[in-house]
Amino acid sequence: MRSPLSLEVPLQSRHLSALVRHRLAFDESVWVRRALIGLALSFVGLFLVLPLVTVFARALGEGPARYFHALTSREALAAIRLTLFTAAIVVPVNLVVGVAAAWLIAKFRFPGRSLLLTLVDLPFSVSPVIAGLAFVLLLGRSGLLGPWLQSIDVQVIFSTPGIVLATLFVTFPFVAREVLPLMQSQGNDQEEAALTLGASGFQTFFRVTLPRVKWALLSGVVLCNARAMGEFGAVSVVSGHIRGVTNTVPLHVEILYNEYDSTGAFAVASLLTLLAVVTLLVKKFVEWRTE
Amino acid sequence: MRALALLPLLLLAACSKESTVTLLNASYDPTRELYEEVNRAFAKRWLEKTGQTVVINQSHGGSGKQARAVIDGLEADLVTLALGWDIDAVASKGKLLPENWATRLPRNSAPFASTIVFVVRKGNPRGIHDWEDLAKPGVQVITPNPKTSGGARWNYLAAYGAAQRKPGGDDAQAKQLMAGLFANVPVLDAGARGSTTTFAERGLGDVLIAWENEALLLLNGASKDTFEVVVPSLSILAETPVALVDQVVDRRGTRTVAEAYLKFLYSDEGQALASKHGFRPTGVATLEPKFAKVSTFTIAEGFGGWATAQRVHFDDRGLFDQLYAVKK
Repeated sequence: MRSPLSLEVPLQSRHLSALVRHRLAFDESVWVRRALIGLALSFVGLFLVLPLVTVFARALGEGPARYFHALTSREALAAIRLTLFTAAIVVPVNLVVGVAAAWLIAKFRFPGRSLLLTLVDLPFSVSPVIAGLAFVLLLGRSGLLGPWLQSIDVQVIFSTPGIVLATLFVTFPFVAREVLPLMQSQGNDQEEAALTLGASGFQTFFRVTLPRVKWALLSGVVLCNARAMGEFGAVSVVSGHIRGVTNTVPLHVEILYNEYDSTGAFAVASLLTLLAVVTLLVKKFVEWRTE
Repeated sequence: MRALALLPLLLLAACSKESTVTLLNASYDPTRELYEEVNRAFAKRWLEKTGQTVVINQSHGGSGKQARAVIDGLEADLVTLALGWDIDAVASKGKLLPENWATRLPRNSAPFASTIVFVVRKGNPRGIHDWEDLAKPGVQVITPNPKTSGGARWNYLAAYGAAQRKPGGDDAQAKQLMAGLFANVPVLDAGARGSTTTFAERGLGDVLIAWENEALLLLNGASKDTFEVVVPSLSILAETPVALVDQVVDRRGTRTVAEAYLKFLYSDEGQALASKHGFRPTGVATLEPKFAKVSTFTIAEGFGGWATAQRVHFDDRGLFDQLYAVKK
């Protein structure tokens, strides 16, 4: 009963889409179509491709020696180390917490569920600068918890913990936001089946829920990582800009640029650009796998 | 076995005994090159004298922003800022050092100073020679926002004070000059470096009001043949003070080395380095010839100190707000 029906639907839609394509192809004149495609391509080229190409052109403008020198200076290496360290903490934490939050929201009904759903999106709706300032007001010397932190001699703001905290905050939604819609659309049928067949809650989660969202998860992790390494605003507020100590890669780029070292700035910026390209490629790969 | 297990611990203990001390110097934007060299020189002297290695970390940013960061908990042992008012804020709002900090070191705690000059395009096509020329119609003036930039406050006070103190000058004339001047400012950048970039790289404006040290830096760079410096007949002596932050050095146990560092800035070697980087050393009888002869007045002489200058000119609804509102 099911198979002829399920065959019929794709056939119909394929037929329909061919029709639509046919109509589209002959509706507008060649020139209009070419003009529109040209417009779209030149827009993309002008606003997306050209700036990226410029970064590399400027970075390598004074030769590869100068380029590698800029990347291996003490301050650049320290910035790269700090950025990698921050991402190494932030991404796993947000992975676990993000999946947990999405799982709770998608699969369960409980009081406060819609509040949690709203809170997940909060970091997206708050300007990163405000996020940074909020941490300063909470944990800074004159902040709410400042005196206590000082009494136990723990420095949070203007040192690495503050940078990690601010980055955690701004990158929190990425994993949850990628996974949540998929979990919701998949419904609870398979989980219920697993449970009735005697699987435990954890077994259900790891064997049924998780495998079904793995590609969305990967894409969330990649985006989260890209933002964690690229975050500027919130980190700038809590960093204190101590050279070679609390400067991340994006902050280091700004400093170099302000010091008229544009080759150095673009060399370090090219690292972030490469990260962006890799991120897009991975994302594309994930999309291709899920189709 | 046990000895082996203890080895890493012993090594760790040995490392921490190997005495290295770190200092953090929170400074403003244009001093990077200066303190890079000063820090190297001081570390060498300190090692020779005490056998202790000292690592001095630097944080740079807008002067007011840096003061704010220190108040909010940036653990700076030293503050070397663009104006005394910002260190006053660390003292009054943060209670991190006594309010009389300026009297603790010679010459208002300013081992070096700068002044305010003009940078114009090569050949001085607009014929700019003194402050009055900046208020002429059609001249575009680049200066940062005095609300956010320490350098911009010096620019403002230099212009105001010069108009007030010239023969026959008074407050009314000064206000008139300032109104004309700010009517000629197309964009107020947030910081001095931003203004320099606007003028030098974006090519906006006919004249840049700038720190003398920034102007000298600009002329040393690749743009030597594109700009020239014009020195006004009268300008302000921009004292850039230094202080140690008592609360921080006492908690970290770094008072001795921090004091030695500040003393080093006053030494012959420190003064020579300041001069090399375009800052006017306050302790030498004759300045190097690259510093133009210019008569100057101090903030105390011209405005009775920062507290008054701040209240009259830069606070909300102060004179700057009124003058800039006229333009809008």
